[in-house]
Amino acid sequence: MDARARVHRAARDAHVTIEASPTTIGLGGETVRFVGRDAYRSTVAALREEGYELCVDVCGVDYLGHPGRDLPEGVTAERFEVVVNLLSLSQKARTRIRVQVPEHDCRVDSLFEFYPGAEAMEREAYDLLGIEFVGHPDLSRILMPEDWEGHPLRKDYGVGRVPVQFKEAPGPR
Amino acid sequence: MTTGVRDSSAVRRVPSEEPLTALTSEGSQELLRRRDTPPAQLGRESGAVLRLPEGPVLDPGAIDVERPEDETMIINMGPQHPSTHGVLRVMMELDGETVLRAAPVIGYLHTGMEKTGEELTYVQGGTNVTRMDYLGPLSNELVFSLAVERLLDVEVPPRATWIRMFMVELNRIASHLLFQATNGMDLGAVSMMLYGWRERELVLRYLEKITGLRMNHNYIRAGGVAADLPDGWAEDVLELLEFVERGVSEYAELLNENPIWVDRTVGVGTITTEEAIALGATGPILRSTGFPWDLRKAQPYLAYDDVDFDVVFGQNGDVYDRYIIRLYEILQSVRIVRQCVEKMPSGDYRVQDRKITPPPRARIDESMEALIHHFKLFTEGFRVPAGETYVAIESPRGEIGCYLVSDGTGKPARLHIRGPSFYNLQSMEAMVPGTFVADAVAIISSIDPIMGEVDR
Repeated sequence: MDARARVHRAARDAHVTIEASPTTIGLGGETVRFVGRDAYRSTVAALREEGYELCVDVCGVDYLGHPGRDLPEGVTAERFEVVVNLLSLSQKARTRIRVQVPEHDCRVDSLFEFYPGAEAMEREAYDLLGIEFVGHPDLSRILMPEDWEGHPLRKDYGVGRVPVQFKEAPGPR
Repeated sequence: MTTGVRDSSAVRRVPSEEPLTALTSEGSQELLRRRDTPPAQLGRESGAVLRLPEGPVLDPGAIDVERPEDETMIINMGPQHPSTHGVLRVMMELDGETVLRAAPVIGYLHTGMEKTGEELTYVQGGTNVTRMDYLGPLSNELVFSLAVERLLDVEVPPRATWIRMFMVELNRIASHLLFQATNGMDLGAVSMMLYGWRERELVLRYLEKITGLRMNHNYIRAGGVAADLPDGWAEDVLELLEFVERGVSEYAELLNENPIWVDRTVGVGTITTEEAIALGATGPILRSTGFPWDLRKAQPYLAYDDVDFDVVFGQNGDVYDRYIIRLYEILQSVRIVRQCVEKMPSGDYRVQDRKITPPPRARIDESMEALIHHFKLFTEGFRVPAGETYVAIESPRGEIGCYLVSDGTGKPARLHIRGPSFYNLQSMEAMVPGTFVADAVAIISSIDPIMGEVDR
C-alpha cells in the first residue's frame, strides 16, 4: 500500500474519533484537541487531510510538579504530554493536539509518516524527556551526547549547581 | 608489469567488519556503511526520498546501496569550520567532488536553555531567551513577552506595540545584513564580508543607543518595553536608513548580475514547496520556493495591519532566491521602520500595572508602596495564571514560536521555543545530495542557521 492510500485509510478511520475527542479553545483562538494515544495517529492523518499541511512543532511537557491542571471532562491527566502544533497554510488556521502519556509506558506513535519534518522534533522530545516515538526511523539523541544518562527536561532530573566560594570562606587547604 | 588474468576480488578489498571511518569518541554518530544503514534512514540522508503522502514515496530499490565503498569517502565538516556558522557538524559521503548524502550533527552548543528557563522568573526570562537566536534577539524577546502577556491577559499600550514593531524590524535589517556578509564570505565574495558588517554595525549602534546593548538586549519585556525611545531617535534612524538603502543598492550592483555569483548560486540547492512544507521549513526557505508565506501578513500580530509592506518571494527555491529574498526584505523592513517613525503614537511605553512592570525610579524615593512593588518584582517576579499557550511570530529566519505552560507560580512550568533554524536545518538533507562540496557550503550558508537557536 502506498503512502497516500495509507493516509486516506487512516483519515477515514479517524473521522469517528476526531469528533469524539474533547476539544477546547486555546487562548489564541486555536482549537485544542485532547486525543487518546490510540486515536492520535488517525486524528493527525485526518487533520492533514483537512488541510493542516505544516507540522509546526512537536514537544513534550512533564507535568510531575503540576498534577492538578485544567483538563476537559473525560481526559485522565498523566505525567507527560506530547503537544503537537499544526498549521494550515491554505486556511491560515492553527490547531493543537495534546496527548496524555503515562509515566510507566512512555510511548506514542511517530508522525514521521505524515510529516517528515517531525523527525528532528521527535528526536528532541525523546532526548530531553524520554518519550519514545514508535515508528520513528532513527530515534536517537540529538542535542545531548550519545552516552548521556537521563533526560534533562524531566522535572525529577537534578539541576546541577556549582558551589559558590565566598571570599571569606576557607580555601581547600 | 604482469599481464595475467586480473582477479577483481584481489583489488583493494575492504574488509566489511572494519569501521568506515576512524573511531572518534562519538562513534555512533558516524555515517553508517550503506548496507548497514536502514533503508528509511538512507533514503532520508540521500535526500531522494521524502516520504510525503502525496509526493515521492520511499523506494529502497532506488537507492544505490551496492555502490562500491572504496570509491566513496566519508568526510566530516565542522564543528570547527568557518563556513558552518558556529558549531554545525556535517557528515558527508563523497564520490569524488560530489556529495552523495549529508547528515547534520548538532548539539555542540546545547546549554539547556529551556531547562534554565524553568528556573528563572518571568521577569528574568527575557535575559535567557534573548540569547537563543543571537542575531535576532528582539524576536525571541517579543515572542516570549507575547506568550506571557497572553497568559496574563494583559494588553500593552499602542506606543509599546509600535516601539516593538520598530525595534524588531531594525533587528531584521541587522540580521539580514549579517547574512549578506557571511553568505558573501562563504561564496568567496570577500568584500561583501566587509560591506555587510559595516552597515550592520551602524544598526547595532543605533540599537545600543536605545537598549544599552548591541546584542542580547532584554529590551522587550512582558507588559511593554524596558525604556522609552531617547531624544532624537527619529532623526537618527532616518539617517541610518539612508546608509542602509545605499548599502543595499551597492550589494545589488555588486552581486545580482555578477556572472561568478550567478554561476555559484542559480540552480544550486533547490527545494520544492512540498518538500519545504513537509520538512517544516519556514521563512526565506519556504518563500524562495514561490510560496509567499509570511506571518506578518498571514496572521498579523502587533500593528502589521496598519503598515504597508510587500512579502518578498522567489520561484526557484535555490540559493540565489534565498539571497535575493533576504536582500530585498531589508528594503521592506526599511519601509516599515519609516512608517513607524511617521505613525509612532504617544503615550505609555508599558502597562501601568505595578504587579507586572516596575514603578519609575523617582517614585521609589517617595513611596513605600513603590519600593515594595519594585522589590517584589525583582525578587519574586509576578505570578501568571495556570494555562498553556502557543504564540508564533515571523523572525528573520522563519516562524519562531513560544509554547509556554504556567502552573500558576512565578516561574514557567515549561518553556519551549520553536527556533526556526532547528527546523530549517533539516531541509539541508534534501538540498545537498548531488551537489559539489563547495555548493554544500553555499547551501548551508543560504539556510542561515543560528546554532544558538538550533541547540538552545
